[in-house]
Amino acid sequence: MTRRLTPAQAAFARGLTQPRLNRRSMLGLSGLTAAGFALSACGVEGQGGESTSSKGFWDDKKSNGRVNFANWPLYMDPGKPELKAFTEETGIKVDYDEAIQDNPSFFGKIQPMLAQAEPIGYDLMVLTNGIELNKLIGLNYLAPLDHSRLPNFAEHAADVYKKTSYDSGNRYTIPYASGITGIAYNPEYVDREITSVADLWDTAFEDKVGMFADPQELANFGLFYTGVDPADSDQRDWIAAADALQEQRDKGLVRRYYSQDYIQPLSNGDIWMSMAWSGDIFQQNAEEGTNLKFVVPEEGATLWSDNMMIPSTAKNPVDALMLMDFLYDPEIAAGLTEYINYITPVPASRGILREKAAEASGDEKETLERVADSSLVFPTEEDYAKLHDYVPVTSENEEEFAPLFLAVSQA
Amino acid sequence: MTMAATREGKRGRTARLAPYALVLPGWLWLALFFVAPIASVISMSLMTGGLAAGYTFTFEIGNYARAVELYWEQILRSLLYGGLATLLCVAIGYPVAYWIAFKGGAYKSTYLLLVLLPFFVSFVLRTISWGFILSDNGVVLGTLKSLGLLPGDFGVLNSATAVVFGLAYNFLPFMVLPIYAVLERMDHGVVEAAHDLYAGRVQAFVRVVLPMSLPGVFAGVIMVFIPTSADYVNATVLGGADNTMIGKVIQTQYLVNNAYPLAAAITFILMAALLIGIFSYAKALGTEQVMEVQAR
Repeated sequence: MTRRLTPAQAAFARGLTQPRLNRRSMLGLSGLTAAGFALSACGVEGQGGESTSSKGFWDDKKSNGRVNFANWPLYMDPGKPELKAFTEETGIKVDYDEAIQDNPSFFGKIQPMLAQAEPIGYDLMVLTNGIELNKLIGLNYLAPLDHSRLPNFAEHAADVYKKTSYDSGNRYTIPYASGITGIAYNPEYVDREITSVADLWDTAFEDKVGMFADPQELANFGLFYTGVDPADSDQRDWIAAADALQEQRDKGLVRRYYSQDYIQPLSNGDIWMSMAWSGDIFQQNAEEGTNLKFVVPEEGATLWSDNMMIPSTAKNPVDALMLMDFLYDPEIAAGLTEYINYITPVPASRGILREKAAEASGDEKETLERVADSSLVFPTEEDYAKLHDYVPVTSENEEEFAPLFLAVSQA
Repeated sequence: MTMAATREGKRGRTARLAPYALVLPGWLWLALFFVAPIASVISMSLMTGGLAAGYTFTFEIGNYARAVELYWEQILRSLLYGGLATLLCVAIGYPVAYWIAFKGGAYKSTYLLLVLLPFFVSFVLRTISWGFILSDNGVVLGTLKSLGLLPGDFGVLNSATAVVFGLAYNFLPFMVLPIYAVLERMDHGVVEAAHDLYAGRVQAFVRVVLPMSLPGVFAGVIMVFIPTSADYVNATVLGGADNTMIGKVIQTQYLVNNAYPLAAAITFILMAALLIGIFSYAKALGTEQVMEVQAR
């Protein structure tokens, strides 16, 4: 997904990196997670068990003391405290590379190498659920996870992340961070409470609605509007959804189909409401003092995840697997969440953020409390109940799917 | 005697081949960075298949039919926006170039530097800044609205107007510089001669200066029209739902949809449309003018 800013924009937008860096001292991170590694020896039962293919893959693999990690920009504190703690704990060196700007182009880059069964230079990478991930799984380009070596994940991951429709039982992936695609609105201009996807079709907001350009995101909202669960939709539903979106467009409601830069126009009042990502709204309100509202609409919203996975040709898969599990230690997950401000798959990190907040003071206390108390970072049960997975688009049905929605957003 | 003849022949052959040898690096450059990519785009545009399954060459002309059927509107829109931006650039750029060339005096280079100065800031950043400036409640419109000079629901951002102005703004120097270069080299004596022959200022301009500066205008038009028609940044940042340009479609088809053959076909159609536009323009202006520009 292309929700993040480019590094230049990010530096621009986030003049607040400095206090973050200072605040995030290395204190208190080391020595907290020995338990996780001790457990791996005891053979804690992970979820799903392991398939024979998983056993076969891991039989001759051993730790090499290093791991190459490809991630998105702004997905870890620039000081990399979590990786330093990992190295201190295990002796494994991590080469961290912000190599992924969006899913399709990263997929385009690694696909030829994977097709030749060659290493891609990374042992661990993070991709969003969606067409590219479905292709990676379908083409057998990912290493099957050995859940006996993921005890932290088994213990600390929330259930919803263990039964996703795109990788049920986490055979190949576990989430790094998640988010909600819902509706955000600016109460300065919208004088009523927005509660439903249908509000995006309300002619009272002519030329003041922002929608997403991404075909999958756009399709999901068209499907919610027509009362269909994206994860269970078929081609007939897609056509109906595209028609509904076309109608919204023809009524002159949509000001623009945004790739990612909808936050500024929403804060300025160029648009009054928009499809939005939860973490963006949290950050904008926290850092710019805006009062944007984020809604999980009653018809439903989507929960997406940026998932960690190991390419089948990885040179250091064991080390990558250890790092994956390390990041599920609640203490570590809390540190990541404090920086990322998206949803963490580790609910236990909320308590840790609160503990930290209790010990902290001033600005830091306020920031920690804001993160820990936010329903954008820790969604409520009620919100979770309304969240859905994406349309299962694969290489087989891609041709029927994407053009329908590109025809709406790029007419 | 025979030896001399051979040596003579050798020297003759070397002399004959020398120019070709000298031009070889240029040819290699063209082959590597122009012919090879173009050839690969042409062949891609005639393939079928997908990223995962691989692409095969099937001489699929249908890609072109699909591209036209799906995107004729965006192609025409791009040519229209590019054309309007080019006209705007001529209208603004010609007087600027004229003024600098004839009235700039000792400060000519300073004025030229001022024209170029915005280029020291990234193209994308400048365009994004225009988004801020043109925002509905931004520094310009917001102020005018609060003074009651504009109705509250007036907006410029996310419209065709914003896109065309953005394009003209970003590519203006490409119009000013070639026109300036021609005007600057012009012999002022010919203008004086026109005056001596009782031409007024307007007549001297229309009949002497303007015709002599047309090669510069031609060069400027080419340098503005081609990139503005293919641009996607301005339409993306300043445009709205109804202003998608073909550059953005190509980018999406390549990078988001991974539909390489379709994207390659659109690329080629755009190239063809631009070439036809440029050549009909050259024809209208007189072919010698074009040759003159190319000779420089």
